Amino acid sequence: MISGNFGSLRDGQERATVNRRIWLLATLMLLALAGVLGRFAEIQLSEHATYAARAENNRVRLQAIAPNRGLILDRHGRVLAENRPAYRLVMVPERVPDREQAFNEIDRLVGLSDAEREQARVRISRSRRFQPITIKGNLEEREVATLALDRHRLNGLEIEPYLIRHYPYGEALAHVVGYVARLDESDLKRLDAANYRTTTHAGRTGLERYYEDRLHGTSGVERVETNAQGRMIRMLERTDPLPGEDLHISLDLDLQLTAVEALGEHPGAVVVMDIASGELLALVSKPGFDPNLFVNGISHAAYRELLESPYRPLFNRFLAGGYEPGSTIKPYVALAGLDAGAITPATRVFSSGAYRLPGHSREYGDWRKGGHGWVDLEAALAESVNAYFYDLANTIGIDRISRELALFGFGQPTGIDLPGETNGVLPSRSWKRRTLNEAWFPGETLITGIGQGFTVATPLQLAYAAATLAGRGRAAPPRLLATSEAAVRVEHAEADWDAVLAGMHAVVHSSRGSARAIAAGLPVEIGGKTGTSQVFSRPEEGEIDPAALPWFLRNHALFIAFAPFDQPRIAIAVVAEHGGGGSSVAAPVAAQVLRRALEATP
Amino acid sequence: MIGTGLLREFQRQPFRLDPVLSGLLLLLMGLGLAVLYSAGDSDAGLVWRQSVRFGIGIGLLIVASQLPPAVYRRWAPWLYLAGLGLLVAVLVLGVGRGASRWLDLGVIRFQPAEAMKIAVPLALAAWLHRKPLPPGFTDVLVCLVLVAAPTLLIALQPDLGTSLLIAAGGSMVLFLSGLRWRWILLAAGLAMAALPLLWGVMHDYQRNRVLTFLNPESDPLGQGWNIIQSKIAVGTGGLSGRGWLDSTQSRLEFLPEPHTDFILSVLAEEFGFIGVTLLMLLYGAIILRSLYLASQARDPFGRMLGGALSFLFFFYVLVNAGMISGMMPVVGVPLPLISYGGTSAATLLAAFGIIMGLYSRRKVLRND
Repeated sequence: MISGNFGSLRDGQERATVNRRIWLLATLMLLALAGVLGRFAEIQLSEHATYAARAENNRVRLQAIAPNRGLILDRHGRVLAENRPAYRLVMVPERVPDREQAFNEIDRLVGLSDAEREQARVRISRSRRFQPITIKGNLEEREVATLALDRHRLNGLEIEPYLIRHYPYGEALAHVVGYVARLDESDLKRLDAANYRTTTHAGRTGLERYYEDRLHGTSGVERVETNAQGRMIRMLERTDPLPGEDLHISLDLDLQLTAVEALGEHPGAVVVMDIASGELLALVSKPGFDPNLFVNGISHAAYRELLESPYRPLFNRFLAGGYEPGSTIKPYVALAGLDAGAITPATRVFSSGAYRLPGHSREYGDWRKGGHGWVDLEAALAESVNAYFYDLANTIGIDRISRELALFGFGQPTGIDLPGETNGVLPSRSWKRRTLNEAWFPGETLITGIGQGFTVATPLQLAYAAATLAGRGRAAPPRLLATSEAAVRVEHAEADWDAVLAGMHAVVHSSRGSARAIAAGLPVEIGGKTGTSQVFSRPEEGEIDPAALPWFLRNHALFIAFAPFDQPRIAIAVVAEHGGGGSSVAAPVAAQVLRRALEATP
Repeated sequence: MIGTGLLREFQRQPFRLDPVLSGLLLLLMGLGLAVLYSAGDSDAGLVWRQSVRFGIGIGLLIVASQLPPAVYRRWAPWLYLAGLGLLVAVLVLGVGRGASRWLDLGVIRFQPAEAMKIAVPLALAAWLHRKPLPPGFTDVLVCLVLVAAPTLLIALQPDLGTSLLIAAGGSMVLFLSGLRWRWILLAAGLAMAALPLLWGVMHDYQRNRVLTFLNPESDPLGQGWNIIQSKIAVGTGGLSGRGWLDSTQSRLEFLPEPHTDFILSVLAEEFGFIGVTLLMLLYGAIILRSLYLASQARDPFGRMLGGALSFLFFFYVLVNAGMISGMMPVVGVPLPLISYGGTSAATLLAAFGIIMGLYSRRKVLRND
């Protein structure tokens, strides 16, 4: 097969033809390589001096310039996050032959912790030798002076002005504004590396993180000529950085501070929102923490203290706190009942103090010993009568309840423009089957009817649901920046809305209302609903004095409300952790905040 | 049936590689890794990844050297057509940054243009095999079409460097076939005349590169940057260079991509003119040895193919060194077996495998 015509005369000729060309090609190629060498000889030998001089004296370098971060301002233009001038000590590694000795010198002058040293070492190893590395940021004036005095000993070290992020209202807004922190590996993966070349910080939590791309801006670039040491001689060309966008958020600083103060000693959350626009006016999670600690890297001790505090200051309660809604759920259950035709506003139920499912022995209690007697819907809401809602829940069943709650947004994120929102829990047959792999029990329908058992909601969800209630099914989802459109979320007969809202009015303004104590201090009439969420199950027998319980076992106090009653504009949700009762603790907080809110916004 | 035939032929051949060429190539790859370590800012991971690619390339070389020429000849048309089909596919569905060159096959991403560097000379040599040499007019015309089709398709991607390499490698088969000089001169004249036409169809960035090449100082911070900085690096090297790991131009980030297309500047800066001379001697020796192997092939097919593949290798060196020293415009052609990157290394090592295979076949047949 491979024999071919090897050795034939014609093949010999062709072979000669091709081989002649091969050797001609070889000659040409060698000549070309010689030509290339000649060219290199020209550049490297005859012109060496010229190029060497250019390399030494005429180094042109591209330098990125970080943009100024956008500010965050409240609705009246008060600055909540700003850039403050500060000084830092930077080192150009290639100009410092003995870095450890330089570290020791710095330590002697202004102090340099082992952690700071280690950070500096890591950063030096990751950067090019001529790139300045921050050794110590946010220097105090005294430190700047000390370092300036001893500058002659600190070759290769510079004191450099820069801007540092500062949060003037610290704790009060920590959970809304969030904070920036030094870029870490995960940031670098998430963000556009080219645009962050000289950026040192990026939003880690809160608005700072959510709106990172708008706050950051676009890096500029400088072409600079440098000398052999890498020091800039002159700037050749500059494209200015584009500063980040200033964010004017909907929050009202005064109202925010009022809410923080109103909560007093209680850990908890306050959410105040505009019903029509969804604008959040106050958004409090208490206790807060000082976000400024994180900007320059928080010390391990301080961080551990925050982490280990029983009050969990780092935990964002309005966004991720899961609370049993307690009796604040009753208006929605009532709506479901009216809609189903199971009750009318006039339907009366007898509360004896203990409710029993037909054929069951377990007693479901009412909060008032001895019961409330015969109550209609308005009284049931005003006095928060459990028996009424046990009976109603039992009549309409879990499916209707959970469908109604879903319409009001329970179990779903509100879509707020902050990272880390949780869904809460909206119980249903399918939910229980899915998560617990168990069938739904009738007793669970009863306690769901009074907002206990599996249901878990965030304060944000409670406020949004209250806003929807006040808007008779129409409300805009809560937002800090981009205001959203109000939409019809829930549809019911006008008479049904009237009945439930009248009940909520009675909570505050009737003589037997559970929050009647706050009515006197309010400038307008409002609607509200108190709630108490159990932290642990009570034994069936025997009474417990709440005051005798340890602090962390006391009930959470809840209150949702809207104002003014006639033309609702503002909705509010208050959770005071371990505050005891909704009427005694949460409602007065809400009253204080509402008073301020109604004064502030026309 | 082809499979079993292949296997039989495989078994009949003793495992044989040309020791001289293999040695020279290993030397070159070793040098490449050393320069890469410096150009990649002392990144051992980079060197390791390149070593793995070399390993794959050497595997290809060994396999390619064991296949008899008849197999290549038989498969040449199919390889060519498949390559052409893939080039069309890449244009339609390709993925890539700006230029569509890659075909994403799920597991591997494949650059069909790379395979065409071998497939085109192969197709021409197979066509001219058993034809009277020097070839007649019709055969030359067929060959020109065979070269033009992939060249144009690749230029459309747009990848000027690769289309240049393919045009050069393909045309070389014609040259080696003993193409009459008057035709060669005619072709050269036509090519000159076609230059303005080429200018018309070039992309803006390609035109800019040519303009900048003609006068780099016109735009020292923009397009001229690469050429000026690479010349500064080369010139700084002087006679004996700054020493390994001591290039300032690449370390200070003046050089664009110091570990890929511009790695020769790093070598020139660190090892000086002496280093460049040794490198060129090494390249020269490799080219001469592979041309010698080609000239010893048993039929015109092997000789033309071997010669054209040797030329392909040379052409890489010429274009890259020309770019570094400012003699040619900046086109993305790597310095063979020195620049970081796996595709060109794999292609070239496979080509050397073919060349070795052409040669070893002959020895065996004589012993038969």
